[in-house]
Amino acid sequence: MVDATPPLIEFRKVSRIYGTGEAEVRALDGVDLQICRGEFVAIMGPSGSGKSTAMNIIGCLDRPSAGDYLFEGTPVQDLSPDALALLRRHYLGFVFQGFNLLPRSSAQENVELPMIYKGLPAAERIARARSALAKVGLDGREHHQPSQLSGGQQQRVAIARALAGDPMVILADEPTGNLDSHRSHEILLLLQELNRKDGITIVMVTHEPDIAAYAKRLVIFTDGKIVKDEPVTAAATETAAEAV
Amino acid sequence: MLLEAIRLALRSIFRNKLRSFLTILGVVIGVAAVIAMVTVGQGSSAQVSASVESLGSDVLVIRPGQRGFGPPSGGTPVRRFNLRDADALAELTRLRAVAPQATSSETVVYGNANTSTSITGTNEAWAEISGWTFASGRNLTANEARSGAAVCVIGQTVREKLFGAADPVGQQIRVKAIACQVVGLLEEKGAGSFGQDQDDIVVMPIRLVQRRLNGNDDVSTIQAAVADNVPTEAAIAQIEDLMRERRKIGFGQEDDFSVTDMKELASMLNSVNSVLSGMLSSVAAVSLLVGGIGIMNIMLVSVTERTREIGIRLAIGATGRQVLTQFLVEAVVLSLMGGVIGILVGLALAWGAGVFMAIPFTPSAPVIALAFCFSAVVGVVFGYFPARRAAQMDPIEALRHQ
Repeated sequence: MVDATPPLIEFRKVSRIYGTGEAEVRALDGVDLQICRGEFVAIMGPSGSGKSTAMNIIGCLDRPSAGDYLFEGTPVQDLSPDALALLRRHYLGFVFQGFNLLPRSSAQENVELPMIYKGLPAAERIARARSALAKVGLDGREHHQPSQLSGGQQQRVAIARALAGDPMVILADEPTGNLDSHRSHEILLLLQELNRKDGITIVMVTHEPDIAAYAKRLVIFTDGKIVKDEPVTAAATETAAEAV
Repeated sequence: MLLEAIRLALRSIFRNKLRSFLTILGVVIGVAAVIAMVTVGQGSSAQVSASVESLGSDVLVIRPGQRGFGPPSGGTPVRRFNLRDADALAELTRLRAVAPQATSSETVVYGNANTSTSITGTNEAWAEISGWTFASGRNLTANEARSGAAVCVIGQTVREKLFGAADPVGQQIRVKAIACQVVGLLEEKGAGSFGQDQDDIVVMPIRLVQRRLNGNDDVSTIQAAVADNVPTEAAIAQIEDLMRERRKIGFGQEDDFSVTDMKELASMLNSVNSVLSGMLSSVAAVSLLVGGIGIMNIMLVSVTERTREIGIRLAIGATGRQVLTQFLVEAVVLSLMGGVIGILVGLALAWGAGVFMAIPFTPSAPVIALAFCFSAVVGVVFGYFPARRAAQMDPIEALRHQ
C-alpha cells in the first residue's frame, strides 16, 4: 500500500486461541489482512477455518489473543468492552444470518434501536428510520413486526438497521444463509448498491461461491490462515468452490 | 435515555401481565400490610389521646372492687359507693371537683321516635370534669342534681335519632315513666378509646336515675378532677386514705376499690398499640423482603430468556451500562408498581378497618412516602444482581444463544 491514509481494517499477525495446553485451538493463526475503504470483501472457507472468528474480531465483538488489530490506524485490541461498544455503535453495522431482529418490536422500532443508543432525538430517529426502510424497499411496512414479514423482508429490516447507524463498514455474516436464491439475489444487489453508491465498505462471510461472486475481492481461510486473497473473477469463485 | 428505558420497561412488564402481577404480589402484600398496620395504629393512638384529652388530663376514676380485669374474687360481693362517699370526696383539698355516676340503659322516646341509649346520672360537675361542652342550652344545675329534677342533657347521636336536625332544647322526652325536659345539647365528641360512641348518651340528675330508674342508692363510679398544682399521686393517696377509712379497711388489708389515673391508662393503651403494630409491621417487612426476592428471581429468568435480545443490543452498540440501566429500571418500575398498588390497598384496608372498629382514618404522608421509597430501594437492591448479569454478557455468546 503506497496510500498515505491507513487501511480501514488492518490485522497484523492476529491470532485467536481458545483453550489452553493440549485442548488449545488456534482459530486464527498469525493472520495479516488489510481492507480499505470502499471495498466489498467476501470471506470464504470451510467450517472451523476461522472465518467467523475473524469476523467477530473485525466487528469488535471479540479481541485477538495475540497480534494487533487496527481500525483506521488505531489499535483496538486493548480497548475496554465499553469502548468497543462505542466503536460498534458509531462505525459498524451488523447483518446476521438469523436476522436477529427484536421479535416483538416493529420494523421501525428495530431500525431506531442503534439511534436510541446514539442518543438521537425521537423526531430525527423516526425520520431516519423511515428513509432507511425506504432505501431497502420497505416503505409502508414500518409497523409490521418481524413475524409478519418474509425472511427476505426481515433481512432488509436488518440491513436498514445497520444503515441507520450511519456506519463505515457493514459486516454481513452469511446474510443469505436462511434465504432462497431469488431473495438472496435481491439482498446482494442491495448490498452491492450500498457499496457502490454510498461507498460503504462491506465484509461478508459466506460459504456459497455464487454469493461470493457479488463481491469485488475474495479471501479464503483454511485452518486459521488465509490461503487465497484475490479479486473476484469467474475462475476465482470456481476454484473457491473446489476449495470449500 | 432514562425515559426510553422506562418506556421499554413498561412494555416488557405489560407484555407479560400475569407474570408481572404475580411478581409484584409479594411487594404489594408487604407494602399494603405495613401501610394498613401503621395507619390503623396511628388512628387508634390518635383516638386514645383524643379521648384522654376529652376526659380532661387530670381525671381520676374511682371504682368499687379490686383493680384488675378478672372476675370478682368469689364470695365477697362488691361493696357499692353511695352519694355520701362522693360528698366526702368533694371535701378533699387535693380535688377540684367530684362527679358521682349511676348508669342505666333505657329506651328513650320522643313522639314516634325512640332509641335505646345509655343513661348517666350525675351532678353539675360532670361536664367540666369529662370535658363536655354545650352546643345549645345549658348544663344541669346544682339544685337540679341535688333534688333529682326531671331534666336532662342529650348527646348528638340521641338528638339525631329523636329530633333529626331540629333543636331539642325545651322539648319533653320520655324515659320509662319519667317525662323529662331537655335543657341542653352536647357538642359532638366522637368515638371513645374502645370504639364506643360517646355521643350516644342522655345525662340526668343522679338522684333521678337512682330513684326512678335503678331503684337504689348505688353510685357505680366516681370521677374526680385533681386540684391545680397538686401531683396526681398525692391526690390518689388522699382518696385512698379517705376511702379506706370510710370503708373500714384494716391495716394490711387490700383495698376493695380502685383509683385509675386516665393518663396512665392512655399511655398503657398507647404502648400496647405501638408494640402490636410494631410487631405486625416487622412481619410485613419480612413479606417485603420475600417480595424482593421474587422480583430478583423473575428478573433473572427474564435476563436468561432475553439473552439473544441482550446480544443484539450489545452488537449494535449498547454499552454494558446501558443494558444494566435497562434491566435495573425494569426491576425498579416493577417494584414501584407493587409499592403504589400496595399503598392503595393498604389505605383501603385501613379505611375499612377504621369504619369497622370506629377508629379515625389518619393516612400519614411521611409513611406513604417512606413505603414508596422503600419499594424503589427493594427494586434497586434485588434488580441489581440480574441486571449486572445481563450487562456482563459476552455479545458473541449471547447472539449464539437460542
